[in-house]
Amino acid sequence: MKTLKSAPPTALLGMLILAAVLVTGVFAPLLAPYGETEIVGVEYEPWSAAFPLGTDNLGRDMLSRMIYGARNTVGLALLTTGIAFTAGAALGMVAALKGGWTDQILSRVIDVLMAVPPLILALMLLAIVGPSIPNMVGVIAVIYIAPVFRLSRAAAMNVVSQDFIQAAQLRGEGTLWLLRREVLPNISSTLIAEFGLRFCFVFLFIAALSFLGIGIQPPTADWGSMVKENATLITFGDITPLIPAAAIALLTIAINFIVDWMLHRASGLKS
Amino acid sequence: MSKLLDIRGLRLEAGPKGKRTTILHGLDLSLNRGEVLGLVGESGAGKSSAGLAAMGYTRGGVAITAGEILFDGIDLAQASTATLQDLHGRRIAYVAQSAAASFNPAHRLIDQFCEAPLLHGTAARAEAEADAIALYRQMQLPDPQQIGFRYPHQVSGGQLQRAMTAMAMACRPDLIIFDEPTTALDVTTQIEVLGAIRDIVERYDTAAIYITHDLAVVSQMADRITVMQHGREVETAQTRKMLEAPKADYTKSLWAVRALDRPRRDTNDTETVLSLSGVTAGYGTTKVLDGVSLDLPKGRTTAVVGESGSGKSTLAKVIAGVLPPGEGKVLWQGKPLPGPYQKRNRATLRHIQMVYQMADTALNPRHTVRETLERPVRHFLGLRGSALRARVNQLMELIELDPATFLDRRIPELSGGQKQRIGIARALAAEPEFIICDEVTSALDQLVAEGILRLLLRLQDELGLTYLFITHDLATVEAIADQVVIMQRGKIVETGAQHQIFAAPKSDYTKRLLASVPQMDAGWLDGVRQRLAS
Repeated sequence: MKTLKSAPPTALLGMLILAAVLVTGVFAPLLAPYGETEIVGVEYEPWSAAFPLGTDNLGRDMLSRMIYGARNTVGLALLTTGIAFTAGAALGMVAALKGGWTDQILSRVIDVLMAVPPLILALMLLAIVGPSIPNMVGVIAVIYIAPVFRLSRAAAMNVVSQDFIQAAQLRGEGTLWLLRREVLPNISSTLIAEFGLRFCFVFLFIAALSFLGIGIQPPTADWGSMVKENATLITFGDITPLIPAAAIALLTIAINFIVDWMLHRASGLKS
Repeated sequence: MSKLLDIRGLRLEAGPKGKRTTILHGLDLSLNRGEVLGLVGESGAGKSSAGLAAMGYTRGGVAITAGEILFDGIDLAQASTATLQDLHGRRIAYVAQSAAASFNPAHRLIDQFCEAPLLHGTAARAEAEADAIALYRQMQLPDPQQIGFRYPHQVSGGQLQRAMTAMAMACRPDLIIFDEPTTALDVTTQIEVLGAIRDIVERYDTAAIYITHDLAVVSQMADRITVMQHGREVETAQTRKMLEAPKADYTKSLWAVRALDRPRRDTNDTETVLSLSGVTAGYGTTKVLDGVSLDLPKGRTTAVVGESGSGKSTLAKVIAGVLPPGEGKVLWQGKPLPGPYQKRNRATLRHIQMVYQMADTALNPRHTVRETLERPVRHFLGLRGSALRARVNQLMELIELDPATFLDRRIPELSGGQKQRIGIARALAAEPEFIICDEVTSALDQLVAEGILRLLLRLQDELGLTYLFITHDLATVEAIADQVVIMQRGKIVETGAQHQIFAAPKSDYTKRLLASVPQMDAGWLDGVRQRLAS
């Protein structure tokens, strides 16, 4: 609680927005006036009392789809980032701790992953395994292991060169203890800050893939594909398709506010 | 004689508003032309801040809140940036502690030398270069014609420190601030640098403030000494007076380590715990240890002494199992000791413990004191529950820290001396027979270091521990060692009982090393330099 009080207003605003989005996602069926895929009217109805944000290209309620979209987009982004972080951080720490061949092999594999532009790699891998939600989560997680690995390895390198690691090794501690109790607590603040940032990237990446048509598949609602589906409305001067885009932007900014504050705290902890 | 520098009631404060801490509480200092003033004190005494303030400079976040700094009649506390820029380098120069960190690695020494004269317009490039070479010669740098055309990483630490002093002299300033210029150097190098600095200061009749924590060093350099503590002046006196009759208790206590003495014990009457024969070790193709043979007597302290690069820390690594030896045998209680620690069994790991130089990096900053100590007790002795808690309390009492106060503190909340005590407790937690102490006191102030040494000696008496004490500080060795090993370039130069080595050193290197330890005698430097020259 004390740390929350010391947070700057921007971070508080960010947390407020993030909390609102999470609550919306979790309680989507209670909050949405209509079902996710329910066709309730004609196509492209204007904003009205019955449909506060109008209807989309198939006559589904925009507001309901926005609410369900929060659940899908944010939920999947969280899951993907979580997988990428668990694997990337663990591998990075192992590489830093073991050094030698282990480090060489892991680092070179990661280099290969990083050498291909992520979007092209994702398109290629998804073309191979076929577009489905589990496949998409897996592919994006693999792509994002690379930057997390590099960060975790670099941060852990600074830690493993210190004498307390040697002291623990000379005590005969196992690798798991070294990683969990000696290294991880010293790099966790860096990792948490990075988690927020990567979450934004993954979130935008999913939206981008959905926009391209190989991400979250219709009729599931998500903010990225909603922009694509209703893009034609822009030509008629209607701003409705910009609303999901604005939601994406808002969440990204909110998370960055929080991350900035966390990075600030992490750098303060070191001195 | 007119005062060159007159600091009156100088008050320095740091930190954000509301949480200000005072660094200097109204300091008075004065300096005549051509006079050398020594500023002595432990870290945090405010001596470096005082030295910088004498240039009208403060570190980031530090502000001058009261007092005046009169340099030749100009108040530097109020002076404009332009005035200060004009004075710095031209009339006031600064020599920092670490020359290696203060030179720009991307430029040659002579380019950096010429910067100040060209900037202030006191000399043209060709003149400045000629002057640099003349000064390099006076600083007794090897090959003065060419050395300036090297980059900082191409010359040694001692040479770099002399090049920096030459650079400070470039505009023939009225005042030079020396901030611990020899602290990072080995004792034998220190002598050369001290001699060169003193010669050049005398030759140009430059006034200087010489900052150090070592009274013996300052007594060679200064005409007058000011001892500082907690941002206040403790005592000021002429050097000879200060050495012969220090008034304040604090000044006397600065000599405590040298006063530490214990009865010598024989090293032949006990069995050998650890024995090395013909050990060679290194990194890649470079040999750092070359045919080292050594026996460590049980329950005694063996001190390994040498300058940096002599291989003494590598010796510790070989014994601890961090660096397996290339050749040679290591016997632990008569049985061969496996090279890498991974191949050693838990009992062996338990009996060989290590205490590190930097307590800051030797303890995990994310753990509490309790976590730090409980783990080895559980790991090695298998204690649980109340037995574990009792043992940890007992360990805290052994190292003279109150368990109730300290057990639940995090490591960063401890002072340097307390951290080092926890480091010792962690080693003791394994109930070892043998402890390697790798420069355990060199990062600590003298008073704190003395406390740690006393603790180590008491523990040895109570628990019958064997120590391998690695250090470059001969005063410490003289105070605590039973057996002394002198190392140079990876080889053992001389081994013997403490009294033997100090009373009758056999090898030339040992003699030179012993002669290089600064003594509390204002005439010591001249005497040594004459002896070394002849």
